[in-house]
Amino acid sequence: MTRPDETPGPDEIAARLAKVRARDNAGTTAGADGPQGRGQAGSGLGIGMRISIELVTTVAVGGALGYGLDVWWGSAPAAMVVCLLFGGAAGVSNAYRVVKGLDDSVGLGGAIARKETKEGNKSRGQSG
Amino acid sequence: MASPVEQFTIKPLVPIHVAGIDLSFTNSSLMMVAAVLLPATFFWFATARRTVVPGRLQSVAEILYEFIANMIRDNVGKEGMKYFPYIFTLFVFVFLGNMIGMLPYSFTFTSHIAVTAALAVAIFIVVTIIGFAKHGTHYLRMFFPHGAPLATAPILIPIELISYLSRPFSLSVRLFANMTVGHIMLKVLAGFVVALGIVGGLMPFAVVLGITVLEFFIAALQAYVFTILTCIYLNDALNMH
Repeated sequence: MTRPDETPGPDEIAARLAKVRARDNAGTTAGADGPQGRGQAGSGLGIGMRISIELVTTVAVGGALGYGLDVWWGSAPAAMVVCLLFGGAAGVSNAYRVVKGLDDSVGLGGAIARKETKEGNKSRGQSG
Repeated sequence: MASPVEQFTIKPLVPIHVAGIDLSFTNSSLMMVAAVLLPATFFWFATARRTVVPGRLQSVAEILYEFIANMIRDNVGKEGMKYFPYIFTLFVFVFLGNMIGMLPYSFTFTSHIAVTAALAVAIFIVVTIIGFAKHGTHYLRMFFPHGAPLATAPILIPIELISYLSRPFSLSVRLFANMTVGHIMLKVLAGFVVALGIVGGLMPFAVVLGITVLEFFIAALQAYVFTILTCIYLNDALNMH
């Protein structure tokens, strides 16, 4: 496929190899350009879909959890009411996470802190 | 005319009943077997003649490898490469499941929540085990955000717990809903083409063409989203902060 005059020389191959190796070794934790790729992953449709599903499933899980606790403790409907509310809150916090491009990880405070440090590093890197 | 959801019926091909449990080999199982054998054969041939300058098949295999490897490196980091085989298999299986479903007369096994939920619950359990194995009871710390006042714990911990438990559900429902809705939409719109005849059917036919392209895009995108969310969950378990 490669024509003879296009064959890269040994220097070029070494340079490419070094570049690939550097990329392979870089970033022992979540890479610097991870979240951006994640943000694009959805497109408008994808993000909308994710938020709606997030809102529905968390409420459903909250309801199921509450129902289970009620059966266990015989406290119907107290636990279900409380857990439905928590489920709704979790849904909103997850939707917020998706919109803000924070991690999908659990722990909103931690996700915000991580994003801030990442952006802080980036701006420092650009200025310095 | 057939109902739009008829395409999702599971039909037993080889009836097997063991102790009152229906273990029949169905059309769904057949497609799953295809989704396993197809890539297995492909990679067998693609890597049969390993050359420094890759041929066509080997190039495709290498592109796929690079794609997933980069996804893991970007989202999990280097230590995530240990789980490369699992994530790679997952991506290929879901991707082919979605794509096989786009073939006429075939069956989309990812349009059944039983299948997607089994995948998602397996991921959830594995990730939770990895988290506890790596961090011990400290893993529970992730349910309480850093720097939040201690007084907010009774509210925050249940919220975070529910949002953690909702992961397998949102993962499975997302894939299942996207595939089911897409196929129903195609069927309904294609029904309009038949119902409206040659002249009136042109408009829905154009729409069906467009939607088909969109469906191919969604099939690929949902496989990607499923895999990348697995990576994110794995990242959480490995590098919790």
